[in-house]
Amino acid sequence: MLSRKATCKSHGEDSSYFLGWQEYEKNPHDPVRNPSGIIQLGLAENQLSFDLLESWIAKNQEPIGFMKKGGSIFRELALFQDYRGLPAFKKELSEYMAAIRQDKVRFDPNNIVLTAGSTSANEALMFCLAEAGEAFLVPTPYYPGFDRDLKWRTGVEIVPIQSSSVNNFRIIPSALEEAYQHAQKLHLKVKGLFITNPSNPLGTTLSSHELDHLINFAIDKNIHIVSDEIYSGTVFDSPRFISIMEALKKKNLENTTIWSRVHIVSSLSKDFGLPGFRIGMIYSNSETLIAAATKMSSFGLVSSQSQFLLSRILGDKKFTRKYIMENRKRLKSRRKMLVSGLQKYGIRCLENNAGLFCWIDMRCLLSSYTFEAEMELWRRIIFKYGLNISPGSSFHCPEPGWFRICFSNMSEETLDLAVRRIKALVDSSAPNAC
Amino acid sequence: MNQLLSKIATNDGHGENSAFFDGWKAYDSDPYHPTRNPSGVIQMGLAENQLSFDLIQEWVRNNPKASICTAEGSNDFKDIAIYQDYHGLPEFRNAVARFMEKVRGNRVRFDPDRIVMSGGATGAQETLAFCLADAGDALLVPTPYYPGNDRDLTWRTGIQLLPVVCDSSNDFKITRRALETAYKKAQESNIKVKGLLLNNPSNPLGTVIDRETLTDSLLFTNEKNIHLICDEIYSATVFSQPGFTSIAEIVQENSDCNRNLIHIVYSLSKDLGFPGFRVGIVYSYNDIVVNCARKMSSFGLVSTQTQHLIASMLSDDVFVDRFIAESSKRLETRHGTLSAGLAQVGIGSLKSNAGLYCWMDLRRLLKEATFEAELELWRVIINDVKLNVSPGASFHCSEPGWFRVCFANMDDETMMVALNRIHKFVIQKKGCDQGSGKKQCRRSKLEISLSFRRLDEMKMVASHKMSPHSPMSSPLVRART
Repeated sequence: MLSRKATCKSHGEDSSYFLGWQEYEKNPHDPVRNPSGIIQLGLAENQLSFDLLESWIAKNQEPIGFMKKGGSIFRELALFQDYRGLPAFKKELSEYMAAIRQDKVRFDPNNIVLTAGSTSANEALMFCLAEAGEAFLVPTPYYPGFDRDLKWRTGVEIVPIQSSSVNNFRIIPSALEEAYQHAQKLHLKVKGLFITNPSNPLGTTLSSHELDHLINFAIDKNIHIVSDEIYSGTVFDSPRFISIMEALKKKNLENTTIWSRVHIVSSLSKDFGLPGFRIGMIYSNSETLIAAATKMSSFGLVSSQSQFLLSRILGDKKFTRKYIMENRKRLKSRRKMLVSGLQKYGIRCLENNAGLFCWIDMRCLLSSYTFEAEMELWRRIIFKYGLNISPGSSFHCPEPGWFRICFSNMSEETLDLAVRRIKALVDSSAPNAC
Repeated sequence: MNQLLSKIATNDGHGENSAFFDGWKAYDSDPYHPTRNPSGVIQMGLAENQLSFDLIQEWVRNNPKASICTAEGSNDFKDIAIYQDYHGLPEFRNAVARFMEKVRGNRVRFDPDRIVMSGGATGAQETLAFCLADAGDALLVPTPYYPGNDRDLTWRTGIQLLPVVCDSSNDFKITRRALETAYKKAQESNIKVKGLLLNNPSNPLGTVIDRETLTDSLLFTNEKNIHLICDEIYSATVFSQPGFTSIAEIVQENSDCNRNLIHIVYSLSKDLGFPGFRVGIVYSYNDIVVNCARKMSSFGLVSTQTQHLIASMLSDDVFVDRFIAESSKRLETRHGTLSAGLAQVGIGSLKSNAGLYCWMDLRRLLKEATFEAELELWRVIINDVKLNVSPGASFHCSEPGWFRVCFANMDDETMMVALNRIHKFVIQKKGCDQGSGKKQCRRSKLEISLSFRRLDEMKMVASHKMSPHSPMSSPLVRART
């Protein structure tokens, strides 16, 4: 009676990634009301710099007031449903994007498509770039939401590009080729590469070598590259972030065919901690793609209210620069707090310079080097130690024992408590295991 | 480059490469303004409700706490900004459910847990299509219908729309015969019908579906075990008798119907005049559909900034009651002005009691009863009379000569100017036309299915990119920082 899409499991919500959230919902930690509850370490949210936004809003009532000019701004916004978006907002967004890429690239506001969050942007790109049954190659480990966003309603397939802890999960040319061949064996036509840079869950940025490999590969196979750069504003340490666009420019590939086959996705959810406002975007140099994606954005436009507010915030360049710097500082210090805490108890974190999380190595705590043991450990961590951290298998990690742990969505006290609970976990395991 | 993009990205499923964008083009390049461009094209092709905005503005001004950007409301900023749960703010869902109940005279109850967000009604329609049908399946849709249905329901989903042909012989009412005929035709072509889509009140007719027809549609869909989707986006634009009967009331009255087949699409764009805020709603009586649609809503959630504002506004009972009453009154007055003005020069329009438009009968102004003649007349109306109205063919109407003309997106003076122009045109035309024999021409059902192919032959690609939604003259489009 219902569609296949409605009755299958391709929405991906049966993954342990989401099940952990459900357990958290049932028993959420609160320092006063429920101190022994589960601490949410599975939500990649940036809550560290709200005070900056709040004080900006308090000081800027005039420019963001809807009721200026007798309320006519409000009225115009309420009626504004043009899928090309508020020009003022797109201009500010293009300048903001350039700023977080150290102005190494310029962005043309006309090449931006606004979408309801990057969730919507990613899906729209799949609809535009591939037919149902075709495939994109995605480096593992990857964000579990891609299973839903890229595949569910589009019918597009994901073929993983394998990685290994031996070289810190970096992308190597042989892995790209292997994935491509694997797709061929499965009779899947590969339409592109889908990369996340900075990476979720690794928190690392792609090196210029990796970017070169990816670009050469895409040229060779005549396929697209989608670069999800949603965490680009969270790069808090060196090496500096290199956007795919910058990499193309460095190789003098502007206005060649690959130039119009590279597309960026981003959003204000992670940088600014505004996931509720649903502000996402696609950036591409392909006019045809922009035209198609713009029409598709009708299914998930950005509220004009939110476009207006953000055009004002981003338009205050002094504030934005200050925000970016301060936010990075706080992220760096928060990461340090988590990493040094874990290191004390023998838990190693992958060296990372970006993101709102760490990729931690818990292999020493596995009862056996298997995914079953990983799940066993995960259940212990949630139910016995009250921590919702995300198991590597939910990110399609090729090796068991890795977990993602978020650090920017709670207070310092709560993070400290989480680290102490991990100590308890380590202490309860075999002595000198880690 | 084109072969590197998908079929969906490069086909015409978005519907914008149609001749009907000529109207937008003409308006865009020469928009009417009372002082700066008094001879420009008046936009009467945009179904927007701008008549009661002053009430909304007053409320927003008096309720600064509803906005997270004001000093009074900024305490809520953080919680609202980080909330991305696809269930939506509980207070938002409660407020929307209560509002929907009020619009239906509190004759039904809506469960807030069945309220699912979507990217406008555009997103809601597509989501339901994804939930209820597979690519290749079909939905039956009575003609004439809103052109956006073609994009919303079929473009990315791969489903098809099959017309249930209605005509002026009975004021375009939906008959059981028409439903059965459409269903049978689908079966004969081996097309699986998954549901029936009703638009109540109707766009473009402006009429409400009567209780009998609604009940019969419910019985029909139950018999065939197919879904019934009711797009009730214009429910609060009903301004006179007969009142509005929602499918929710029929469901209540027919306790043995299969509720798992019933779904409602709603939005605040028409009733409140907020298309920019993108508040779309899917309401389903089917638990699995609610669950699935909710997961899909991730692709088009309502900004929490907007959820917060709406929750506050729609919880103000005094304001809501006043707004609904006043908005109806103003729509009734404006509708009266237009239909009386048309009648003065012998132009009839379908008797209607809802919507933001009239369904105008210009059959006697056609050179001949064909769609070519309709298109010709339409071009004259745009280019000579300087009014952007929408031709019936764009709504898949089975008879040529009908036009939709919107009345709620302008002020009184502009309406007068438009009526004057219509008067002048008709009088002039009466003088010129001599003995043009009227030939009633009903399209056969076979011709309906060929209609789009015929229009494709006359297709002109709009030469510059435009949004089909927005008021082109919006200062926000021309804004510079």
